[in-house]
Amino acid sequence: MPADLLDHKLLFVSGKGGVGKSTVAAALALLGSQRGKRTLACEIDAKGNLADFFEAGPTNYTPREVQPNLFAMSMDTEASLQEYLKLQMRLPAIARIGPLARAFEFVATAAPGVREILTVGKPVWEVREGNFDLVVVDAAATGHIVGQLAAPQAINDLVHVGLIRQQTSWLIDVLGNKETTGLVVVTTPEEMPVNETIELAARVEDETDVALSAIVVNRVLPELFGRQEEEVFEELRQPAAVAALDDATNGPVEPVMEGARLAVTMRRTRTGHIERLRTSVDPKIPLLYVPYLFMRAHGFRTTRQVADALSAELSY
Amino acid sequence: MAPKRRKDDERANSLEHLLAAKEIAIVCGSGGVGKTTTAAAAGAMAAASLGGKVLVVTVDPARRLANALGLEGFGNKEKPVPADAFKQAGVQPRGELWAAMLDTKESWDALIHLHAPDEETARRILENPLYQNVSGRFVQSHDYIAMERLYEIHTSGDYDLIIVDTPPTRNAIDFLEAPERMADFFSSRFLRWLTAPARSRVINFASRPFYQIADRILGTQFLQDISEFFMLFQTMYDGFVERARAVDRLLHDRRSTFIVVSTLENVPVREAEFFIDALDDRNFHLGALVLNKVLPTYFLDDGATRVAQRLCADAPEVAHAVESLVANPQMTPQVLREVGESYLNFQVVAKREQEQRAELAKTPEVVATVPYFDSDIYDMGGLLDLGFQIWGRHD
Repeated sequence: MPADLLDHKLLFVSGKGGVGKSTVAAALALLGSQRGKRTLACEIDAKGNLADFFEAGPTNYTPREVQPNLFAMSMDTEASLQEYLKLQMRLPAIARIGPLARAFEFVATAAPGVREILTVGKPVWEVREGNFDLVVVDAAATGHIVGQLAAPQAINDLVHVGLIRQQTSWLIDVLGNKETTGLVVVTTPEEMPVNETIELAARVEDETDVALSAIVVNRVLPELFGRQEEEVFEELRQPAAVAALDDATNGPVEPVMEGARLAVTMRRTRTGHIERLRTSVDPKIPLLYVPYLFMRAHGFRTTRQVADALSAELSY
Repeated sequence: MAPKRRKDDERANSLEHLLAAKEIAIVCGSGGVGKTTTAAAAGAMAAASLGGKVLVVTVDPARRLANALGLEGFGNKEKPVPADAFKQAGVQPRGELWAAMLDTKESWDALIHLHAPDEETARRILENPLYQNVSGRFVQSHDYIAMERLYEIHTSGDYDLIIVDTPPTRNAIDFLEAPERMADFFSSRFLRWLTAPARSRVINFASRPFYQIADRILGTQFLQDISEFFMLFQTMYDGFVERARAVDRLLHDRRSTFIVVSTLENVPVREAEFFIDALDDRNFHLGALVLNKVLPTYFLDDGATRVAQRLCADAPEVAHAVESLVANPQMTPQVLREVGESYLNFQVVAKREQEQRAELAKTPEVVATVPYFDSDIYDMGGLLDLGFQIWGRHD
């Protein structure tokens, strides 16, 4: 496994819904491009909002430069099938239209792995062709990522001969190469996301050839007080102190104190989940911490802040 | 305008009234917003105060939830939650609470046995490699089977209220369309094409190019597996289509309602908005919106904001006022500054949440807000605490 996460050529980013998976994927891609790598950010879940993270308008199947050195695209299985049939199968255009495409929908719906292989195949192909130095995939959420990454193997088990069989072997080669390919799982320090991350780490190990390269712990609350400071804080929360502070500030001090108390307990609960995560996954897998961003802004500004935080984590 | 007025009269003003009037509540929302816990809390409250037999069906195999319900674990078959769990929380329930966890594979197998024309066909389907994939991994199959199982339980007439925690789907509306899609899937012309060679060995003119290409790409064995799978499935066509339509009718029935759960973070809010629109477009009944993990409103207090700003700007001066009350007075300014900064930080988030809430709360009949809990829920007491937050009247 490369020493630096960004020395991989292909990074899949997964995580439970709502933990900031797309933000982290966008930030990793931005960081790659800032380090001079020709980078592709590829959105696989057809939500179509990866471009929001770069404030760059909608993306489609054709990679488009959204920042210097940084290209973005979104997956379209239909377009991927067309490209695949043309480039890999060398089928004439006439065979690629009409009934075949529609019939494919059925095979893809019923035979799992077919759709996934097209989805995963595209970024892997971009890496194999050397079109980019780094491809960051905003991949499926924790529930589906294993199916996505294991698809080439699943197809291999189902299809014993034929052209597809030859195609799956180079996919498996690239995905299984730990120097080239890595999986990044994003979580928040909360109970359910941490549980899912621990389960996912085990499943990735057991059911796929892809290496888990890092876990990003997003929205880590700052530690408000050291131990001595917390003693002072507890004294300040006593009724006499609150009354004195009310006099000194002309205002209701209690809500402000209550807010700080909530921040302290939230931080404490979350620290427990981080500790549980650390002891439950392989100690060799780094945890990268991204602080909670107390800001109104979303979009590119958030992406840059997360990229800065990740950069600081990766530099030591 | 008479029907309109009647509808207004029927408007529930609390989750309690809503659930008292319905037989099925489907809880949905994006992942990680507390859907399962909300479903369980609503179920516990319904069993405790409305009475009757209440069932919570979850797709989430969370062991902690099982423990909170006083169960070792639970599976496809419904299990009663022991009355002891309520007793320990100091509550004497009027009714019974039951729980079940959806096992997709097991439910599919049961469905095959139900619809297959004979045991031999059922066995061949169960052994087909494609079937094993479809039932185990096929994403949409979870959605369909959840709705199918709901139908089965409802028609059994065993429960007064069924609360369903929906699968965390990539696209939250998938499961609403699952019955319809399943019916479409089985009635398609292409399916007949695919099954043609296995049926007759005579490939008609129109499908020949497809087979030639498919054979080149996929290989004959795989193609045969596909053909056999679809052919066997077609024997169950009538049963499936009829069932899918019945499930769809049940979801549209006035005894069914939907509860959308969300936090006030950006992504879940966007998904909740999308979901509320989708329910409306498809004429489903949106009964309630539950907003989870909402920051307390004291973060929006004007007076407190001035105090926090003052603490940030003049901490040393303010610290004088409490000099005699702390053991370590030289640390007071630093602590006061931290307290003020923290308040203002959280206020930024609380303001953002307030805007999101106003946007979301326009449509549903009931909007319930659950404040940020300091700790996670580990027992029935915790579930009921949460339940009380969402249960009563909200204006």
